[in-house]
Amino acid sequence: MAEAPLLDVKRLEAWYGESHVLHGIDFDVRKGEVVTLIGRNGAGKTTTLRSLVGVVGKRRGACIYKGADLLKVAPHKVARLGIGYVPEERGIFSSLSVLENLLFPPAWQAGGMAVDEIYGLFPNLKGRDSTSGTRLSGGEQQMLAIGRVLRTGADFILLDEPTEGIAPVIIEEIGAALRILKDRGMTIILVEQNLRFAASIADRHYVLDQGKVVDEIPNHALDANMDRLNRYLGV
Amino acid sequence: MTDIFGVPIAVLLGQLLLGLINGSFYALLSLGLAIIFGMLNVINFAHGAFYMLGGFAAWLLLSSLGLGYWETLVIAPLVVGALGAVVERLFLKRLYRIDHLYSLLLTFGIALMLEGLFRHVFGAAGKPYPIPPSLTGGINLGFMFLPMYRAWVIVASLAVCLATWLAIERTRLGAYLRAATENPSLVQAFGINVPLMLTLTYAFCVGLAGFAGALAAPLYQVSPGMGSSIIIVVFAVVVIGGMGSIGGAIVTALALGVIEGLTKTFYPAASSIAVFVVMVLVILIRPSGLFSREA
Repeated sequence: MAEAPLLDVKRLEAWYGESHVLHGIDFDVRKGEVVTLIGRNGAGKTTTLRSLVGVVGKRRGACIYKGADLLKVAPHKVARLGIGYVPEERGIFSSLSVLENLLFPPAWQAGGMAVDEIYGLFPNLKGRDSTSGTRLSGGEQQMLAIGRVLRTGADFILLDEPTEGIAPVIIEEIGAALRILKDRGMTIILVEQNLRFAASIADRHYVLDQGKVVDEIPNHALDANMDRLNRYLGV
Repeated sequence: MTDIFGVPIAVLLGQLLLGLINGSFYALLSLGLAIIFGMLNVINFAHGAFYMLGGFAAWLLLSSLGLGYWETLVIAPLVVGALGAVVERLFLKRLYRIDHLYSLLLTFGIALMLEGLFRHVFGAAGKPYPIPPSLTGGINLGFMFLPMYRAWVIVASLAVCLATWLAIERTRLGAYLRAATENPSLVQAFGINVPLMLTLTYAFCVGLAGFAGALAAPLYQVSPGMGSSIIIVVFAVVVIGGMGSIGGAIVTALALGVIEGLTKTFYPAASSIAVFVVMVLVILIRPSGLFSREA
């Protein structure tokens, strides 16, 4: 029998105030996998990640992670289970310097990266310690946002559109860093609109549309299913 | 003795000292108000009532339990802070997500209720609180006589303000607070218990007001109205310094205390409106306040 998935999301529903955004999302992620959530704007990709870390108010369903239901865990305790969240808006604090941002999240699990290691992964951040976090370029802020959760010992990373609005050179650097993280055994959920980027690291893709998972495509079958995908994405 | 514009230097220095003392109380109070506004987004109208509670706590601890000044100075803020924690947990935390106006109304109501309650139980008249024996007397500076207790008030409140400022600007806990102001849900997603932090922040700031009240007890009389008479000026201080600017609140508080003192010396009739004239000018020229980050 196959190993139980690390994360098993079942019938996940979520609301922003009165508006019902997720209508029953189902997917799973196995340990060491990189899984992407793709879909049009407004399909519910970001909301899915936000639901996992408890940033969304009202949720229903179940998100079983290492045996616990994340929907029943207090929002501030999710990170303590080893989940690192990199939000879409990157969430770099302007009142903190680069180093302060990097050191900000408490390390909840052993095995987090040292600051030097993170600088090794993202050389652009090196020597910028005292710069205000938000004075970095968009790409550098993205690197900082990723580096920040690596320090905490998180081994399950939720990445929300790391390539959005970022120069191609930097996208390649981020991609290279993510492949290193994958080789180290990290599990990653990647929300992405950039299919080429997604295909370069992912094992499987889930397609979201109108708050539901409508398809699952293994990465090796991506080319064969391009027509179907383009229809979903409305390209 | 020399005069400045017809005012003897001794009188001028005396008023400056009074201004600094008033400024010290403004600083303790506006610091708390600024932090509460910055972190909790709440305009805490109950701040003056908590200041009054600090004064009464000190008076009650002395008159019914016979506790000395120094114990009182520690216990009164703790009592007031604990009450603040209860208010935050029971009421305020439910209002963060909605308009400022609701928390303003709530805290205003709490202030009215507390003041009314104390007026009913203790009467409107002031209760005397003796200056502690270790701080009676004074120092003759040559040009003026400096009462010990007044010197102590200035030193104590400046030390507390500075420590608070350092804690927020230079420590890890302070970094959590500053970050939680920018993006509370992300800070929470990093594993920090933001709701608890907000409760403690409110309790601490309200405790500062209680500390100010206990510190003021020997200087002014303890009365139910002591909070409402000081709080309006304190709000003006926070507006002038820039809502949510902590360092700005401290500097502005002391400066305005001194400006008030100087006005009292040179043109007494205007002394009670000097602060508000400054406020009007600042709002005209720099509406977000002198020390606010956004210009």
